[in-house]
Amino acid sequence: MLHTVNKSPTERNTLESCLKHLKKGGAVLLIEDGVYGALKGTASTKLVEQALKNYPIYALYPDVEARGMQDRVINGIKLVDYSGFVDLVAEYPTVQAWL
Amino acid sequence: MTEATGGIEMDENTGGKIKKFLYVNRKAPYGTIYALESLEVVLISAAFDQDVSLAFLDDGVYQIMKGQHTKAIDVKNFSPTYRALEGYDIEKLYVEKESMEARGLKEEDFIVPVKVLSTAEMADLMQSQDVVLSF
Repeated sequence: MLHTVNKSPTERNTLESCLKHLKKGGAVLLIEDGVYGALKGTASTKLVEQALKNYPIYALYPDVEARGMQDRVINGIKLVDYSGFVDLVAEYPTVQAWL
Repeated sequence: MTEATGGIEMDENTGGKIKKFLYVNRKAPYGTIYALESLEVVLISAAFDQDVSLAFLDDGVYQIMKGQHTKAIDVKNFSPTYRALEGYDIEKLYVEKESMEARGLKEEDFIVPVKVLSTAEMADLMQSQDVVLSF
């Protein structure tokens, strides 16, 4: 299952809740304000790095770049463009959009 | 001299008391419309010669990040506008230290000069205002 998260981890607990519900074969795609969850040196970095050991995590680059965060993304998080977003949605049998 | 005011006669000094306005920004840009709307209201308020301050706390500190490039998400990058505020005599910009640090940010990451305040100092700033508008 592909999980998308579109809220900042310092605004809502969406990312935290999503990461707690990940199962084998799951992946996370951070979009919109969700990309703040992809950053180094923040209060939620450790949690995300821990999840990265078991699950692929992606972030939508246009959203990262819009917010000026292009040099702050955690190593290991894969950056995708809009066509990569579509590929991920096609690759996983289901998508859960965490709001 | 009435052209600029749409024909309405206005005195330089209308006798109104100058009030202290604080705009509190707590939301990240682009994900919601709050940051842009706040900036629009701040620019409008500049026309009224009031004592205006801007506070950035919680995710609001993300509004003034350097290096924003929004072409790929097809929305206007309004971050350069914060640099134009100085031209409207809006020079009091405050960032809460705790919010900045929780996000791994430093003063030099911001597009405009700011004064960094502790939470206690921010509370004092809020307390000292006549009007507080929160976004």
